[in-house]
Amino acid sequence: MGSVRVLVGTQKGAFVCTSDGARRTWEVQGPHFAGWEVYHCAGSPLEPDRIWASQSTSWFGQVVQRSDDGGRTWSTAGNAFAYEGTPGTHQWYDGSPRPWAFTRVWHLEPSPVDPDVIFAGVEDAALFRSDDGGGTWRELAGLRGHGTGPSWAPGAGGMCLHTVVVDPADPRRMAVAVSAAGVFRTEDGGDSWAPANRGLRSEHLPEPEAEVGHCVHKLAMHPDRPDTLFMQKHWDVMRSDDHGRSWTEISGDLPTDFGFAVDVHAHEPDTVYVAPITSDALHYPPDGCLRVYRSRSGGGEWEPLGTGLPDSGCYVNVLRDAMAVDRLDPCGVYLGTTGGQLYVSPDEGDHWSAVAEHLPRVLSVEVQTLS
Amino acid sequence: MIRVELPSPLQVLAGVPRQVTLDADVPATQRGVLDALEACYPALRGTLRDPATGRRRPFVRFFAELEDHSDDLPDDPLPAAVAAGEEPFVVLGAIAGG
Repeated sequence: MGSVRVLVGTQKGAFVCTSDGARRTWEVQGPHFAGWEVYHCAGSPLEPDRIWASQSTSWFGQVVQRSDDGGRTWSTAGNAFAYEGTPGTHQWYDGSPRPWAFTRVWHLEPSPVDPDVIFAGVEDAALFRSDDGGGTWRELAGLRGHGTGPSWAPGAGGMCLHTVVVDPADPRRMAVAVSAAGVFRTEDGGDSWAPANRGLRSEHLPEPEAEVGHCVHKLAMHPDRPDTLFMQKHWDVMRSDDHGRSWTEISGDLPTDFGFAVDVHAHEPDTVYVAPITSDALHYPPDGCLRVYRSRSGGGEWEPLGTGLPDSGCYVNVLRDAMAVDRLDPCGVYLGTTGGQLYVSPDEGDHWSAVAEHLPRVLSVEVQTLS
Repeated sequence: MIRVELPSPLQVLAGVPRQVTLDADVPATQRGVLDALEACYPALRGTLRDPATGRRRPFVRFFAELEDHSDDLPDDPLPAAVAAGEEPFVVLGAIAGG
């Protein structure tokens, strides 16, 4: 039947939630790293008991933790993230040049083909790779160095590289997303990169269809169909069927196409989930009614899913890394909120219940499906 | 022997009590103490000083004998009482927030 382990990163620590395949009753362990911000936790798909966590504070900087027993015990891994060469500058909010400076790891992406390889997306935006399970890190500097780097500017949350999508069939092919620069893709394992934003339109830019500068909030890919990428942009939900070379809008009949999170059903590559948020000024669900929207047609036509979710009075946000799916059948969908709720639907989004309701602000949710 | 007092989050991170002791041959400078501290407790690497610049993190402060030594030069000698192990070298997380 299988079981699941949900890794929850919050503003004040990490929580590990486990359940059997029914996903009705849960054990919640934590907080791990109490008091520290945990932007993300992720487990190796090849060795599921190997888990990494990104732990940071404004006081003491970045720590990376690693567990080899499924999150019961942890030890510190490498935390030296040095930009290669002279870092150079990107743009600050006012357009002035600002030197690249490391702040924190936003996202950890273990390799789908090598348990010792893990990628880290960081702020200020760069991609790092470890080949020794997180002990040491080296920058894949071709990303910042491909030419457009000096024109990148931060989004409201900082200039972060928050998404790393690795093609499991060809792990040298990757796509990453930077807020607020856009999508970049590589076919040679990260040596060379190119912007991948054709078809995006952002009205706040002086040149709305610019090559870079788009505030991409999240990408999602189904592993069986790696050419197809889904995107939640600042505004607009988008789709690419050529691995990011071009994008088309699939917002369709969504009540609002602003949001942060997007994910794909584990067994249906054309079933997509988003969590619409009112607007960039109003970071809560429309009318205080929390809904996940599902499209079974790859976008365009969406249905609200709300059975078990708050119908009113809900003024929380769902952050970019706070939606996930498991690989059980039926597929489970998970949602974390800035109000500290963790919701699960064990039936593809049709019915929801709370795993936990009073956690700290949820920054990220990842799910491991265990045999 | 040099005594170093750590703030609570770093005690938990390194798995140590509030006060740790370093060998007597540690150079009695800020740099010497911090280098020795990181060598003894690798979990603390990068938590007190930015690894890229080597500078003290803005919200980390260093005190000795009730005096703020945060802005001392890294190779300045620490007070004799700290070097002699009579007083601790105190690491504080600054109060910041509202």
